[in-house]
Amino acid sequence: MTALPPLFDDWFAKRGWSIHPHQREMLARADAPALMLIAPTGGGKTLAGFLPTLAELADGSHKGLHTLYVSPLKALATDIRRNLTIPVEEMGLPIRIEDRTGDTKQTAKKRQRADPPHILLTTPESLALMISYEDAPRIFAGLKRIVVDEIHALMEGKRGDQLMLSLGRLETLAPGLRRVGLSATVEDPEALASLLAKHPEPCEIIEADPGPDPDISMLRTEAPPPWAGAGGGYAVREVLEQVKKHKTTLIFHNTRAQAEIFFHKLWLANEDDLPIGIHHGSLSRQVRANVEAAMVAGELKAIVCTGSLDLGIDWGDVDLVIQIGAPKNVKRLVQRIGRANHRYNAPSKALLVPANRFEVVECMAALEAVKAHELDGSPRGPGPLDVLCQHIMITACAGPFDEDALFAEVKTVGPYAGISRAQFDDCLDFVATGGYALRAYDKWKRLLQRPDGLWQLRDPRSALRIRMNIGTIQDADMLKVRMRGGGGRPLGEVEEGFASSLTPGDTFLIGGQVVRYETLREMTVEVTRRADREPRIATYAGAKMPTSAQLAHRILDDLQRPDWPELPRHTRDWLHLQREVSKMPERGRILVETFEHDGRHHACFHTFAGRHAQQTLGLLLTRRMETLGLHPLGFVGTDYATLVWGLDELTDPAPLFEAHELREGLEGWLTSNAVMKRTFRGVASIAGLIEKNLPQVRKTGKQATFSSDILYDTLAKYDPDHLILRVTRDEAMRGLVDFARVEEMLERTKGRVDLVRAARPTPLAAAMLLERDRVPVAGAGRERLAEQEAARLLKESGLAAFGAPTVAGV
Amino acid sequence: MNAIEIPFQGETLCALASGALLWRARDLLIVSDLHLGKSERIARRRGTMLPPYETRATLERLEADLAATGANGVLCLGDSFDDLDAATGLEPQDRAHLVSLIEGRAWHWVEGNHDPGPAGLPGVHHAELVMGPLTFRHIAEPGAQGELSGHYHPKLGLPGCGEARACLLFDATRMILPAYGAYTGGMPATAPELRALIGSPGFAVLTGSKPLLVPYPARAGAGRGRRRF
Repeated sequence: MTALPPLFDDWFAKRGWSIHPHQREMLARADAPALMLIAPTGGGKTLAGFLPTLAELADGSHKGLHTLYVSPLKALATDIRRNLTIPVEEMGLPIRIEDRTGDTKQTAKKRQRADPPHILLTTPESLALMISYEDAPRIFAGLKRIVVDEIHALMEGKRGDQLMLSLGRLETLAPGLRRVGLSATVEDPEALASLLAKHPEPCEIIEADPGPDPDISMLRTEAPPPWAGAGGGYAVREVLEQVKKHKTTLIFHNTRAQAEIFFHKLWLANEDDLPIGIHHGSLSRQVRANVEAAMVAGELKAIVCTGSLDLGIDWGDVDLVIQIGAPKNVKRLVQRIGRANHRYNAPSKALLVPANRFEVVECMAALEAVKAHELDGSPRGPGPLDVLCQHIMITACAGPFDEDALFAEVKTVGPYAGISRAQFDDCLDFVATGGYALRAYDKWKRLLQRPDGLWQLRDPRSALRIRMNIGTIQDADMLKVRMRGGGGRPLGEVEEGFASSLTPGDTFLIGGQVVRYETLREMTVEVTRRADREPRIATYAGAKMPTSAQLAHRILDDLQRPDWPELPRHTRDWLHLQREVSKMPERGRILVETFEHDGRHHACFHTFAGRHAQQTLGLLLTRRMETLGLHPLGFVGTDYATLVWGLDELTDPAPLFEAHELREGLEGWLTSNAVMKRTFRGVASIAGLIEKNLPQVRKTGKQATFSSDILYDTLAKYDPDHLILRVTRDEAMRGLVDFARVEEMLERTKGRVDLVRAARPTPLAAAMLLERDRVPVAGAGRERLAEQEAARLLKESGLAAFGAPTVAGV
Repeated sequence: MNAIEIPFQGETLCALASGALLWRARDLLIVSDLHLGKSERIARRRGTMLPPYETRATLERLEADLAATGANGVLCLGDSFDDLDAATGLEPQDRAHLVSLIEGRAWHWVEGNHDPGPAGLPGVHHAELVMGPLTFRHIAEPGAQGELSGHYHPKLGLPGCGEARACLLFDATRMILPAYGAYTGGMPATAPELRALIGSPGFAVLTGSKPLLVPYPARAGAGRGRRRF
């Protein structure tokens, strides 16, 4: 138990504050080796996490680093430093607080290494980097506590796995280190807590009072939402009305591109010149910092944002949260709503803006789930091995290590508690030799085993390259965007692929401005303000999340109701019409609708398995249809359905859903597919097979560089059981392939297929026709298309006669 | 096997889908930029250990082309090895494989910027080589006539037809071959360096499952960027 020095009580009293029960509880249990607090946003979670530290440091006797605070966002680290400095200064506590992120200046980093502050605020990546330093043992020697903020968000991905591995290391450097996790409301606190604790030790959990239910509803709009799309642009006027009525509004979007488009539309309609900002991960640090500062100063009426503002930054007076587009999962919705009304015991206010007709239904289902306090989520698998490979390299950077000791350490890390020695040895072998069946690199090993049995880097200089590539965040290659002649002020970043598709004169949106592409210079996109064309839409990394299984089930159940009085008229009529001309999709059956449209046969499969699984299903179904001679030409998958079009009519859909056939199709299809290649790219760069960042200036467009797809193809052909391919397969199956959701769908429908042959597109299928992400099927037909395109180009050019190159047999 | 027959400087050259060029009259298969031993060189210089199978993949492709065409001569247009140490550092089985292809064939190594000297393998080394009306050199020279070269690894995409593919570029006076090696990236065919070399009318032959003949694009924007490292 840590007692609160009287100084603190006085300070609280002076501000008219009282300590929340869970904050007191955190103090009472401050000695627990592992402790997790579950509290809603606005519950004073962060202060609860820091109170024991402040109390312990109050007498000034501790020297060196005492508490490490890790958050998923750089902005959060900065924000917390600001907030924490206030009580420390006002109480005159002898405590030094600093933050350290990728944005911290080099000189400051150096000083922090030589003379660490009492409290260091950082991110998982910066922590991993610090652990890679030779002097890590000295820096962390006196460390007493580590506070992991927003642990629920971190543990959803590899950043959390990396952080927990770092914790395992810290435990070795500072035995007896106490771990504290701060989490928003989650569906399974015990599972989360078990990842935090040193395995197999227990983790105590404190659950704060969740506070009153949020006040949440759908925004009523004059215009009905469009049939397809994800932008929410139709609701701009009503959103502006709401912004006017509230002090500060956060407007959340599911993707960066949508945020940009919406912001642009908002500006065009913003006749009253309301101060509105935009914030997302592709904007430059400066732009984001300006928006954050303006927000804290209360200068903005609204801020258009994405997940980059999802987490617990204290934005002060936010009294309304608007979610554009269906929230896709209930847990995230609840956590986002928590951003509004940052006061304990006051209900949060939120409005949902469905982006299309079907999302109206999804929003309705999400509202019901929130009311019923039902959160969704699916358990994550064990810690992925690519992250462990990187951890082994990081460990090697810090100095020679013993493999048995490292294995024992990794076994204490929650996500890796179940790892076998063979798996660990595979990772070590991969890091040391490449792990290939062909033992080609004996001379050039990355790690060497010394005569005393310890492992070390063969070439100490490689530590620099390893450190440059630390981290598990996978963004596509991004290029900076700068105003021509605008000095050193980047506006933000766009994907390299998007940049290379631009021709001078093209315009696009960034940071809410329309800019004109001029030239690409040394990895920087130069733009000007002369924007005289309709802007194109920049593409950003960040895949759309699929609707959760739980939410999909709720939607299916809702569709079975005789009527939907709470829905707007347009959506009700649309659903009634569907029931009239076809059927409603059911949880336990597969509804297939076929119709002709635009000279093609279409088949719509309403299987509600979520975007990724529906796309996988699209690939598998078209593959089967190709072998059946139905000549599929393409498909589109949404969260709810897959629409396939082709040259011939599908008359007997049931055999397509034979689980055995589908699984077999998956095996054959998986190796040669783009999803695998994309997953491979991420896995290979995390594991250190490929390096994104090189010490010298990266060149562009030169022949010396080649695509990771080539590596994937080569490895798949010559070394199919290689560790990195195995990790890729596992990850793709869980992630983008999402075959578990296909299995779940097959399980609940058990081969019960209903076919409706309609004369024209049904109401549900009609919306699918307008979806954008259409995927062409690479079959015999497509190859012919490429040939036709080549012939057409040749003919159009009028060059066919020149020298008459001809096709001939050799 | 399908090929594009190209009348060039009074000769006929056949562009294969693999990126090789067949000069039937001389019984010669021409390939460029094999970059054998690239993964070994990267491991040696950078410490990253890429899958060490690119030499095998490239040689298997070459072997298939030789079998399909029955060519008795081979001309490698430079950058056959990622560097000269890579040539000596080939895995024993890869080296044996290469030697088995060379044996019994007239084999010409034209040097490139990556392999500026004999690599210690059978075959004849040339700085550049003239055969009849054709000149073979690694890097194209301005104003050359009847020149075949490599070096640039040109690639080109067709609108709406997927990713850019490695391609042969040619006009009436010169040809620039695609990179034949497995671990090779590409330079967009419309890059200024290549625009300066290919005159009008110009053509490209895309590699892939079948060779595709297309006109050399008249304006920028056709060669799409790929992720690189």
